[in-house]
Amino acid sequence: MVELEVIGGANGQCGGSSDPCESAGCQCDSAESDSRRQFLQQASTFALGAVSLTLFPVSVAEGEPAGGAGGGLGTDAQPPMYGFLVDTEKCIGSGKCLTACRVENDVPEGYQRTWVERYVHFKDGTVQVDLVPETGYAGSDQPPIDPEQVERAYFVPKLCNHCEDAPCNQVCPVHASFTSPEGFELIDTERCIGCAYCVQACPYGTRFINPDTGTADKCTWCYHRVMRDEDPACVEACPVGARLFGRVDDPDSEISQRIAAIPTSVLKAHLGTHPKTRYLGISDEVT
Amino acid sequence: MSEIPFVFPNDVHPPWSIMIVLYPYITGLVAGAFVVSALYHVFHREALKPVARLALVTSLCFCAFATLPLLLHLHRPERCFNVLVTPSVTSAIAGFGFIYSAYMLVLVVEVWLVFRPAIVEQANSLTGAKALFYRVLALGVTDITDRSRAIDSRLIRVLAIMGIPIACVLHGYVGFLFGAVKANPWWSTALMPVIFLISAIVSGIAALILLYQFISWRRGETADRECVGALARYLWMFLVLAASLEGLELLQMAYEAGGEWPILRALLTEHLAVSYGLVQVLIGSLVPLLLLLTSFTRRLPARLVMFSSGLASLLILVQVFAMRWNVVVGGQLFSKSFRGFVEFPLHWMSREGLLAAAVILTLPLAALWVAGKILPIWQPAEAGTLADAR
Ligand code: SF4
Repeated sequence: MVELEVIGGANGQCGGSSDPCESAGCQCDSAESDSRRQFLQQASTFALGAVSLTLFPVSVAEGEPAGGAGGGLGTDAQPPMYGFLVDTEKCIGSGKCLTACRVENDVPEGYQRTWVERYVHFKDGTVQVDLVPETGYAGSDQPPIDPEQVERAYFVPKLCNHCEDAPCNQVCPVHASFTSPEGFELIDTERCIGCAYCVQACPYGTRFINPDTGTADKCTWCYHRVMRDEDPACVEACPVGARLFGRVDDPDSEISQRIAAIPTSVLKAHLGTHPKTRYLGISDEVT
Repeated sequence: MSEIPFVFPNDVHPPWSIMIVLYPYITGLVAGAFVVSALYHVFHREALKPVARLALVTSLCFCAFATLPLLLHLHRPERCFNVLVTPSVTSAIAGFGFIYSAYMLVLVVEVWLVFRPAIVEQANSLTGAKALFYRVLALGVTDITDRSRAIDSRLIRVLAIMGIPIACVLHGYVGFLFGAVKANPWWSTALMPVIFLISAIVSGIAALILLYQFISWRRGETADRECVGALARYLWMFLVLAASLEGLELLQMAYEAGGEWPILRALLTEHLAVSYGLVQVLIGSLVPLLLLLTSFTRRLPARLVMFSSGLASLLILVQVFAMRWNVVVGGQLFSKSFRGFVEFPLHWMSREGLLAAAVILTLPLAALWVAGKILPIWQPAEAGTLADAR
């Protein structure tokens, strides 16, 4: 269980001396070292890259993989695979998840790793989409909507989709955006050069350049918590269970059973990114 | 059904600044100027002889500063070498370090070969520190016999031939960088690399016409009509190509009118009306196309041809800048919610501000001025020319 003691950063991203997670140790050592090894192999295919390696030594794998990358879930040969299901039929727009995420991951003001959209279809045909305030509607300065005018309305929580074929990963010039063995799309904040290409490439607007670190930032599905056998902060905070997280390689898990039983969909499916965050109860007006 | 605007929360911070507008603009000038020098060195367009050296040195001077806007843009510039050390084969940006290095190498060697005879002559005729300076520049290769010059000329030609595909890749890849972003319907088109490349050539030729006219005027000489006329005709041809491709691309988007067309139409008609409709299309393309027609006839007075070519070149340089602006900034003005627009922040004084941008655009010109003091760029190219070698 040594790895569990190492794991446990606050920020949810990897590496970085300026990273708040440094003092507690990086929560994704295993993924990081694996990823580094992989891209160093790729880099060595370049003649220039190979020469450069001798000129500019980089910190290859800082220590061995933490082992048991399944976050204490055993010593399976295959790492556990996870998924996220957003149930828009349950979401009540309380905003609890938003505060939980900001606190858990030290998200700077003005940026969001997760947000909740409200879709209101008025009887006159107008559609209004806006953001649920972090404090919830009570006490916010959002003008109230007359329920009489509303045809239908629903809330859509948004977060990183952890795409199978993540365009952010594809465009990153330095392998700072990488996929952990468990399928989490993560950012190595020690390696990121802050070019923001991944921010452009993400079709879902989930990435941003963190003004405090100068590196890319986004939802990690709280990788550091998951590796400690905890749920992501937003999942834990949701009072109605609208956010469901779990192992999709375990047919008995709640998420697997629900995905098997009910039709779910993904955002911007036509782009072929194959998101691992799935949605229940949305129409194609949700982008 | 009407919609109330909505933007994703992180989209209110457009991540790419005016530096990313400058980057394709400068690399475009690099590639375009190189093409002109290649037209002389490879395709033997003798009319371009007066600007052949200028074109090469201009390309080098702009190339020397092409990475500056990128460095200023990076939020962690101290890690820039990661791009060379651990490049990702799947990233367009990662290719830049390699393509740029290769191109810079070709340029430096070609410039050195072209000016080597002049450098050696200076080293022999001057004394003291100046002579030492030129001796260092000669790198110890002081043989300027006819035979060695002939070898130089052959090498120059080989490098110029090699440089053409590298320049095309350098700039085509800049277009790919945008064209391959499928998240952004304003960028995501296979035509993007081609459009960038052709407009790069356009901007390079326009810059050379202006530089040549300006330098001739400063030296109290008259720019060669044949040369300006030939450049103007090339410019017209490439401008027709660039404008057609850009027009076709837009026409196709509008005609297909896919799911994202409403936001793109609003982008064009409401947010880019001035920079696209007025500057890029009307003032920057249509007017120059008409002005450049003067270069196709010999009946008009030389002064008129010079004036209209110069004016057209100036407008084209503004147009190409506007084109880069419309791509880079335009693509960040709408949210990926496709339901609303954001403001593009412009500052004067920040690291990525307007002042820094102006300085970056001035630096290559300053470098060109310095190069002109050291190397005989404007010298009537009788000595050591391609024609002699042939
Ligand atoms: S900002 Fe960082 S993570 Fe994103 S593409 Fe650039 S280097 Fe990669």
